[in-house]
Amino acid sequence: MQVPAPFEYERATSVDQAIGLLERLGGSARLVAGGHSLLPMMKLRLADFEYLIDINDLHGELGYIRLSDGEVRIGAMTRHRELLESDVLAEVFPIFRDAEKVIADPIVRNRGTLGGSLCQADPSEDLSAVCTTLDASCVIRGPGGAERVVTMEEFHVGPYETAVGDSEILTEIRIPRKLERAGSAYAKVERRAGDWAVVSAGAAVWLDRGRIVDARVGLAAVGPNTTGIPEISAALRGHEPSEELFQVAGAIAARSCDPVTDTRGSADYKRHLADELTRRTLRKAVERARS
Amino acid sequence: MTDLQDSKLTEFEDNDQKPVGFGRMLRKEDARLLRGRGRFVDDVQLPGMLHLAILRSPFAHATIVSIDTSAAEASPGVKAVVTGETLKGLGLAWMPTLSNDVQAVLATDKVRFQGQEVAFVVAEDRYQARDALELIDVEYDVLDPVIDVRKALEPDAPIIRTDLEGKTNNHVFDWETGDEEETARVFAEADVIVQEDIVYPRVHPAPMETCGSVADFDPVEGKLRLWSTTQAPHAHRTLYAIVAGIPEHKIQVIAPDIGGGFGNKVPIYPGYVHSIVGSIVTGKPVKWMEDRSENLISTGFARDYIMRAEIAATNDGKILAIRTNVLADHGAFNGTAAPVKYPAGFFGVFTGSYDLKAAHCKMTAVYTNKAPGGVAYACSFRITEAVYLVERIVDALAYQLEMDPAELRLKNFIQPEQFPYTTKTGWVYDSGDYEPTMRLAMEMAGYDELRREQAEKRARGELMGIGISFFTEAVGAGPRKNMDILGLGMADGCELRIHPTGKAVVRLSVKTQGQGHETTFAQIIAEELGIPPADIDVLHGDTDNTPFGLGTYGSRSTPVSGAAAALVARKVRDKAKLIASAMLEVSVADLDWVKGAFQVKGDPGRSVTIQDIAFRTHGAGDLPDGVEGGLEAQICYNPSNLTYPHGAYICVVDIDPGTAEVKVRRFIAVDDCGTRINPMIIEGQVHGGLADGVGMALMEMISFDSDGNCLGASLMDYLIPTALETPDWETGYTVTPSPHHPIGAKGIGESATVGSPPAIVNAVVDALKPFGVRHADMPLTPSRVWDAMRGQATPPI
Repeated sequence: MQVPAPFEYERATSVDQAIGLLERLGGSARLVAGGHSLLPMMKLRLADFEYLIDINDLHGELGYIRLSDGEVRIGAMTRHRELLESDVLAEVFPIFRDAEKVIADPIVRNRGTLGGSLCQADPSEDLSAVCTTLDASCVIRGPGGAERVVTMEEFHVGPYETAVGDSEILTEIRIPRKLERAGSAYAKVERRAGDWAVVSAGAAVWLDRGRIVDARVGLAAVGPNTTGIPEISAALRGHEPSEELFQVAGAIAARSCDPVTDTRGSADYKRHLADELTRRTLRKAVERARS
Repeated sequence: MTDLQDSKLTEFEDNDQKPVGFGRMLRKEDARLLRGRGRFVDDVQLPGMLHLAILRSPFAHATIVSIDTSAAEASPGVKAVVTGETLKGLGLAWMPTLSNDVQAVLATDKVRFQGQEVAFVVAEDRYQARDALELIDVEYDVLDPVIDVRKALEPDAPIIRTDLEGKTNNHVFDWETGDEEETARVFAEADVIVQEDIVYPRVHPAPMETCGSVADFDPVEGKLRLWSTTQAPHAHRTLYAIVAGIPEHKIQVIAPDIGGGFGNKVPIYPGYVHSIVGSIVTGKPVKWMEDRSENLISTGFARDYIMRAEIAATNDGKILAIRTNVLADHGAFNGTAAPVKYPAGFFGVFTGSYDLKAAHCKMTAVYTNKAPGGVAYACSFRITEAVYLVERIVDALAYQLEMDPAELRLKNFIQPEQFPYTTKTGWVYDSGDYEPTMRLAMEMAGYDELRREQAEKRARGELMGIGISFFTEAVGAGPRKNMDILGLGMADGCELRIHPTGKAVVRLSVKTQGQGHETTFAQIIAEELGIPPADIDVLHGDTDNTPFGLGTYGSRSTPVSGAAAALVARKVRDKAKLIASAMLEVSVADLDWVKGAFQVKGDPGRSVTIQDIAFRTHGAGDLPDGVEGGLEAQICYNPSNLTYPHGAYICVVDIDPGTAEVKVRRFIAVDDCGTRINPMIIEGQVHGGLADGVGMALMEMISFDSDGNCLGASLMDYLIPTALETPDWETGYTVTPSPHHPIGAKGIGESATVGSPPAIVNAVVDALKPFGVRHADMPLTPSRVWDAMRGQATPPI
């Protein structure tokens, strides 16, 4: 049995109370939501915190998926399983269901949360790639109820590092809805079911009268953080979708990413996958936008 | 996804019919195991029990300059901190390995692999013990490690085993089998020679339960009780007696329920010895249960053979000879579990199932700065490596000759009339009839149809592969004249006692780790005596109440101990016959045995059951002259030969040409393990072994960086397959009984682990034929398959 170093444990009863605890305990405290990344790291003694503040009781406050005309708001405590099973979300952004199907296993999905995934800021994190693809923004709440909203690019400041301060909580993800026909898709190559991505890619397109009004691609596991690639969006906008266009996008993806060789695969292979999966997800996203 | 077919449901209903003898029935042990009533080592709780944690080396190769334990000793709850120096004083710093090498119990001079045991802490609970490890201050002087096995014998390679007097290199042993000259002569005359460098990477058995022990030394009685995760409790007890100097009768080794072994629980690990020392030092019971990372980085690995394979044949596909040169990575200590005279295990069966003119193998084994072992992983003593070698190189020959790989194999099989068949490396295959097994697998697969489908798909640019492997194993070690482990002959005992009411208890020297001994052995006794399996208790794993024997590994339980069980039952039956003759007042010659009863010849109405006889042997009244009361017997069985199960496996894979991901679509496994005792248990073992094969072929490998850091220290990094990577297994069987085994049974436990990796690799290589690929090494991860597609396959070293 792997056992963590000693720590103290508090169970938060509200977001503001959790923030109060964070304010008091500072950097020696860490929030635990699903705990499927944090607890193994503590057991392996790769992470060592004096206090854990359990926010699972905040699911009532922060576990939701709300659609309005302009955007989708998802609470940070929304669990993987809820994202997987939400028909309204799948209707608007099928990329979520695509991704959730290949995230870990049912046991992890029952506990793990959207906010936890984003805050873990693992370079291979699937939901970070999804949120990057969808141009999501993150709502961060601090002491006194102060809220700030940051983009995904701002949110992730490095591997395992985010813009969330010591006494702040990520409370919500906001995803803009556009008026045009939207389609999105996600694809992942893994060595085995439940493994982290060798590479994964998300794509979203918005079509108007057959032309691409906007398109976004987000990649995971090919750089320090999940990567959005503005050059792809620029190359696709205004054009009619075609295999040639997807190839252009794939080539941009391959040359824009920054993978490293590791036990999951060689850098060359990952670059190839960035290309291949970009084309596949764009193809699928367009197909969905048209249907 | 396959729906549960009606036929399968019917089959499952049959399970509960409880045959009196061989047949399909649910496992007796499952009620306990499935309902959480199993008792594993970690379930053992003793009054006052302390907990032990081990400090392990962060470096692959480093001199220990100093160790300061004072802070750890002062840590809350800590009862003892023990270092190599402490053990040195007790003469326990080193212990013998299973291959007559020595291994450090705790490092004294230097550490030789990452994860090596440096010190241990005994404390009141697991947390305190673990926390105190952080407080032990070890100063290391880091040395260059030997990680690339190919460089281990270079003149400037750092010497790992400086503890061995006069050791000036990293050489462990050279070994040779077959006839080098004759093989060279046959090669010289061959039309075709194909050569491939084939690597079987280092893998780990990764049982669900890690290793551990609870030691309880009673200073008054001088008796040591040791619960431990061992596949060989009796052999372990003898070794503890020899190493620790505790009289053997004062040691009780108890292997309770074991959560998987696969060879991982054959060796004696330093941790077991630590718990014994910890108990002696503190006077309390001490539990050591390693964590997952410790299990993966420090306990017995498997394989790690780099093999150059060459095959010689005629143009029309008659295989003439095979030769191979092997470089074996044995890690820092030679801990291979194999009979003493077989340093390379049974690798000599690399001649496979084919009738050859000549064969030769030369092997060199070396030390590296990696964990010791070479134990197993269901390898039947290195047969896994041998079968992979031959089945891979035969496929490479088929590629070269542009012959169908099934046809090539069929053309070269040893023929039924050639058995017993002596191979060119001296193994005497007891029985076999290969072609029907192969034909059945081909028929189940729809082989010709699959080839047609493949041709169509290739024309469309799709990648589909069909892989075949045909294996012959040598399992069931001894015989003791050739085979011993550290001087202990590889025989097994069995004791059978029939209670007055006709219920029975059978005591085994082997020990299940999940194979279903409690059912299989009850069925063997049931078949011989006609007592229902439910009425037979199977005891095993406790040295105080079972006969001596060498334990369960190398698929040896049924070939050796199963024979002992059948023979001990026959001894009981022979005695029962004398009593029956007295009870029925006829001579023994006038009795017929009908399962479960003796009846008078020609008068079926007059009979006595085995239960009647059992009561009589304990009952009132005299027994026949010279017959003692009681109905029991014991035996120690020494097999006259190994048994040689065989099988034909066919695997179908699809590869995504864009991502190089391999999907195993179908897997057909036809096994011939001779007489089948419980087909459900056999299928279960085959299913497990096939899943193992998927793991090894596609994802498993213990890899290291150039500093010797193990890159597979958790199950996130060391991948084992899930249900999603494994297809719905299609199993079949043929039956070729072993002529020398009392019930004709052969081992089955490792067949699928041995036979499946080559089938899967052959399928992947076959799928990549359009890219001109003739060989690619495991593990065939998407990245490595993509390399192969581009002609850039590399060995996984």
